[in-house]
Amino acid sequence: MIRRLLSACSAAAAIAFAANAQSVAITNANLWTGDDMVAGSTIVIRDGRVTAVAPDASIPADMARIDAEDAWVTPGIFSAFSRVGVVEVGAEDSTNDTTAPLATFGPALQLSDAFNPSATTIPVTRIEGVTRIAVVPGFGANMFGGQGFVADTSGEADSITKAQAFSFINLGEGGAGLSGGSRASAWATLRAALSDARTYPARYIASDEGDVLGRLDAQEFSAAARGQQLLLISVDRASDIRKVIALKDEYRQLDVALVGASEGWLVANELGEAGIPVILNQYANLPGRFESLASTQKNAGRLLDAGVTVAFAYFDDDSHQTRLVLQSAGNAVANGVSHEDALRAITSAPASIFGLDDLGSLTPGSVGDLVIWDGDPLEVMSAPTHVFINGVEQSLESRQTKLRDRYLNLDESERPLAYKR
Amino acid sequence: MKHAWRTASGALLLLGAAACSEGGTGDAPSKAASGAFDKDPFPSTYEPYPSNPVLLQNATVYDGIGGVFQNYDVLLRDGDIIQIGDDLEPGEGIEVIDASDKFVTPGIIDNHSHLGVYPSPGVSAHSDGNEISGPVTAEVWAEHGAWPQDPGFVRALAGGVTSMQILPGSANLFGGRGVTVKNVPSRTVQGMKFPDAPYTLKMACGENPKRVYGYGGGRFPGGAPYSRMGNVAGYRSSWIEAQEYKRKWEKWEDEGGDPPSRNLELDTLKGVLDGDILVHMHCYRADEMAQIIDMSKEFGYKVTSFHHAVESYKIADKLAEEDICSAMWADWWGFKMEAYDGIRENIPLVHNAGACAIVHSDSDIGIQRLNQEAAKALADGNRAGLDISKADAWTWLSANPAKSLGIFDHTGSLEAGKDADVVVWSGDPFSVYSQAEKVYIDGVLMFDRNNPDLNPVTDFELGQPGEGDTK
Repeated sequence: MIRRLLSACSAAAAIAFAANAQSVAITNANLWTGDDMVAGSTIVIRDGRVTAVAPDASIPADMARIDAEDAWVTPGIFSAFSRVGVVEVGAEDSTNDTTAPLATFGPALQLSDAFNPSATTIPVTRIEGVTRIAVVPGFGANMFGGQGFVADTSGEADSITKAQAFSFINLGEGGAGLSGGSRASAWATLRAALSDARTYPARYIASDEGDVLGRLDAQEFSAAARGQQLLLISVDRASDIRKVIALKDEYRQLDVALVGASEGWLVANELGEAGIPVILNQYANLPGRFESLASTQKNAGRLLDAGVTVAFAYFDDDSHQTRLVLQSAGNAVANGVSHEDALRAITSAPASIFGLDDLGSLTPGSVGDLVIWDGDPLEVMSAPTHVFINGVEQSLESRQTKLRDRYLNLDESERPLAYKR
Repeated sequence: MKHAWRTASGALLLLGAAACSEGGTGDAPSKAASGAFDKDPFPSTYEPYPSNPVLLQNATVYDGIGGVFQNYDVLLRDGDIIQIGDDLEPGEGIEVIDASDKFVTPGIIDNHSHLGVYPSPGVSAHSDGNEISGPVTAEVWAEHGAWPQDPGFVRALAGGVTSMQILPGSANLFGGRGVTVKNVPSRTVQGMKFPDAPYTLKMACGENPKRVYGYGGGRFPGGAPYSRMGNVAGYRSSWIEAQEYKRKWEKWEDEGGDPPSRNLELDTLKGVLDGDILVHMHCYRADEMAQIIDMSKEFGYKVTSFHHAVESYKIADKLAEEDICSAMWADWWGFKMEAYDGIRENIPLVHNAGACAIVHSDSDIGIQRLNQEAAKALADGNRAGLDISKADAWTWLSANPAKSLGIFDHTGSLEAGKDADVVVWSGDPFSVYSQAEKVYIDGVLMFDRNNPDLNPVTDFELGQPGEGDTK
């Protein structure tokens, strides 16, 4: 009963916000544009898109205004690796669509089919300033996780930004285990899959079977195999990364980005030359596996120095704690990354990796995802005061803030707390 | 009457009858051989390394018990904190360290770690943290599974952690004994054990025991416990056995004759009933904590700390009344059903109710930045209308965990006479940009971020890619 009331309430709140205009002007912003800092900026958002960014930008008379009073303003934060919206309770399989261990398909799995904009993780993530999420499938039955998507965190029914944004494969210890028990089998499987997909549909005219991919998997993998879709590759060990660089050298049209790359710094120059971006875990500094012996919090800084595009994500609980990507970026700064590079790694860099150049920045033409902060956004004690998605101001309530408000005062002398909301 | 008993090391131990009868009062937890058998067969061999006196000068000091002082000095000598104050005289032979622009705090104490028992690398051969063979394994001791070469220890050191409790996992109703250590590199666990720290017992509520034993591991239907009802029945059955065991020993202590048969499992539970062993219980849900509190009263023991305690904010008033600590994360939630109601304000709401709040890690990553976890919780609490100072929030990191481990007489605050477990931070430790620069344990500089010679490297990392790198 309580649950139903709560969801009815949040639905009502969502409608109220959706009715708002998608136009607003923010003045006196200490602005990070996604590429550099501009103090005293005005940002004009009209019909969901940024139309002007300048200290003296003119504001239409009837447009709503917010004076940022020199507070930090950034593009909405973009998490490059997340499971928000596809898991409700991690350990409850019935609520967890991240992986499909019993699936008969691989590359054909589209995680966007599982996305639930009403998941409690959506507002929990949004109210910390994260407005865009790359949602990545896990590895279940084989080394092909399937295809992930990019979404916004508005909770609206139409909040998927790009449904088949990338394919995800594993070429590390995990991929070896899922493809026969050895890296050798993982690579043989990948070569066969690339061949199957690149020859689709011709080779499937005579038969439904390829070397490793069935008809549908080959069809769905063909875009990534032909470089028309981003291929995300989970890999950590330096030698495995070198293999990926060699693969990209062999299939030059492949659009490749790495996930993890704990030992990336050992091959930083090669990655820079190959133009392969990296989505990394800033906290990885333990030899947690034999493929990550050289992990260090200096990884990001060393990769950036070599010209590698770096994006951050929070990997330890990527469904419920995606919001902590800001803390990851702050820790990167503590470990030598410049403040600007760290901001870039959670705004414009992930947007560029996923080929969504109108996100992650606040310049004319950008999507109106914007956050006003009560302090330096990378500081652990800071929080958003306003969050906009597509120019629409968002609610800063979540199931967690409702629980908090119920229990701020434990007085039950009149009635049980269940009546309080 | 005198009982002669041999310790594990073979030394003859003579015990007077008077000592025996004093064994169970519970006022001062003691591991000494106060009964008919050696209660400390794996004694600490840790002794502080040599150190020169050090004066940390002109720092901002959080003393760990609610005080903050500007331009203050802290004097460390012979392993102890000698004095904190302003304008302390350097004196001859004292190394003076300019700590202006730096912050000085007590070392962080993590009362929930699995370092050593779930070490890096996390290969199957290293999985030593849960004795899953049965739901009641009070007979196992974490120190017997802890690998001192876990690289996680030195990473935690770089995060300003000077002591920690290593616990068995939460698969079992009774998971076994924890061990409290100083975070010093050592060839042996005994070389890390915190001298005179009382033993602890790990227990677990809720989903984990019933999942592991009732319907886990593909053995559906498995054994007991199968439900939360089974969990509580399981604890109570064991406490009943422990009461009988305790009575047998007490009878023998009074009347002599043949001693009762030793039972390792019941030794530990008896230790709890005697007040010698502190109970640390993994428990997420508020309603379950309330059940456990009643059960502890039924059998006459006290829960020292609930761990994870994701719903402590719902019963913070009761936890204050019962004087039970909550060891918590700043913001973990939702990874399982009993963590679904986690909120960011849990720690500050517990603190605000007057209950004992602790920031814990349960993680080889989280342990490296517990100061940031405290900062997040503090900011979220104050944003919700509370008014908690940074100086008070530091009690979550040192004093309160020290109290929960029975070591607050030795460490956990910057007070004269205490162990010189001290961290010099590059800036305000409530900022994400600040790092532990110098970490002293018993007055010895065990870690210096700016001196590669004082960045210890574990055996495992020698000769591997990244050896000796800044981590």
